[in-house]
Amino acid sequence: MPGIEDLYREIILDHYRAPRNRGELPVPPANKFEGFNPLCGDEVVLYLEVDDGTVSDVKIAGQGCSISQASSSMMSSAVKGKPVDEIRRLIRAFKALMSIHESKLEGESDGSDLADELEGVRLGDLEALQGVVKFPVRIKCATLAWNTLQQGLDEAS
Amino acid sequence: MSVTDVRDPLDVDRIKADFPILIRQVHGKRLVYLDSANSSQKPLAVIDAMDRHLREYYANIHRGVYTISEESTAAYLAAHQKVARLLNAPSWREIVFTKNITEAINLVAYTWARANLREGDAIVLTEMEHHSNIVPWHILAAERGIELRWLPITSDYRLDTDELPRLLDGAKLLAVAGMSNVLGTINDIPALTEVAHAAGALVLVDAAQAVPHLPVDVQAWGADFVGFTGHKMLGPSGIGGMWAREELLDAMPPFLGGGEMISDVSFEGFTPNELPWKFEAGTMPIVEATGLGAAIDYLEGIGLDAVRAHERLLAGYTLRALRERFGDRLTIYGHDDLDTRGAVISFLFENIHAHDVSQVLDEDGVCVRAGHHCAKPLMRVLGVPATTRASFYVYNDEADADALVDALVTAEKFFAV
Repeated sequence: MPGIEDLYREIILDHYRAPRNRGELPVPPANKFEGFNPLCGDEVVLYLEVDDGTVSDVKIAGQGCSISQASSSMMSSAVKGKPVDEIRRLIRAFKALMSIHESKLEGESDGSDLADELEGVRLGDLEALQGVVKFPVRIKCATLAWNTLQQGLDEAS
Repeated sequence: MSVTDVRDPLDVDRIKADFPILIRQVHGKRLVYLDSANSSQKPLAVIDAMDRHLREYYANIHRGVYTISEESTAAYLAAHQKVARLLNAPSWREIVFTKNITEAINLVAYTWARANLREGDAIVLTEMEHHSNIVPWHILAAERGIELRWLPITSDYRLDTDELPRLLDGAKLLAVAGMSNVLGTINDIPALTEVAHAAGALVLVDAAQAVPHLPVDVQAWGADFVGFTGHKMLGPSGIGGMWAREELLDAMPPFLGGGEMISDVSFEGFTPNELPWKFEAGTMPIVEATGLGAAIDYLEGIGLDAVRAHERLLAGYTLRALRERFGDRLTIYGHDDLDTRGAVISFLFENIHAHDVSQVLDEDGVCVRAGHHCAKPLMRVLGVPATTRASFYVYNDEADADALVDALVTAEKFFAV
């Protein structure tokens, strides 16, 4: 049985206690996107400024549980100053990380196809969120910010 | 007389022994089940009664002329009679079984309300309703142009009854919870019914939380429709129902059409069956009805007055413990007047999300609910996205309340900024 320390890694708690890139950006030039998890009421408000195919600035507002807040904080650090192409690869890799366990459970795959998505992408601190997959109800908390980011990039570009 | 002078009328150690699941350990810890407002655990008496029905006399009901079908039918009928006895209904024919209270309220919305409400009519609901007593009315309102009016709650988490006469003006129905599944507030149904009837409105009581925990007398309540659900009152899931006055049920059109709800069918049409079968189409949850009957026998064996007295003590003990241990850091969404509240306690730490709290509590074997409790309008009124809720029942004791407080201490330390 997974222990609670698998879920609440120290680095996650650190991002939860001291969230990075917290705040708002003026709209425009930034774009504002909202993500909502109706199950638990978690809310991510994402401010995204994209210049010449690069995310030049990002801010996060909203409220929610430690996992959703830490995940959005880690996401903001990971994407700030990065080219959109690279960020899209990161989104795919992160979502693969979150769904390997699920697709194994559902017998859809052995996870190897998802492993391809992870090939060559440096997740860094984000790997700490891997423990979340052992707590299936909390996966949505971790992916909320990333789904919002993906939707934001689709709409902004 | 202070609360501490009162002895708990329940022998909780003996009761705990009746619930096999409570032997279980989670994460190496004793299971502390504090989520009975969500769904209760089942005593051996219920498990055995259902097991016996399946092993010894299971057959479809109403149809067979053979022995086991007659026995199965008798058990199903007895379950109606037991519910009628529990609720002090004048007749068991006024007890309609459904799969849960959600279906029971929908039954009233789709039959009585659609036959009796016209465009421009109003229904009064309260801010503390569960979604099951909101969404059927939203659907009706959108379809028929019905106005929904909302009775507000006061700052001490009660219904603001001063507003009621104004809201009831021209209304056809007041639909109200017997006890709030979030706040624990027990509403004064006889008083509400008197005001509603004086205004010409009928009263539907969502008694999902009341029937398991309080002595309920539908005649003393004076209401017109009273819904209940089996799985919150020690019975199985898959069965619940509605009590309504016989003349109302007689006048209402049928709900679901199909087998058993008819007395005759021809190529031209059908004649509905007598009560309550008119509203029980198709093969019903037969074994579940037996389980519900056994749950009622078990509850009546303890006595609903004793259940209420036990939970009153436990609510007082837990509220005191939470306030003493955490003070202002913990907001409790509910008042402390034990005469008008049950043992359902919703709370929130200032800086810790409800889901994080319940996750840490699970590590200590403590099961609580975190979320909006299917009462999102109420959550908006309270100004929070979610709360953590501990709810108690006959198998809980002060040791369970202590385990909750200890686990909350751990959670608070864990998420300390």
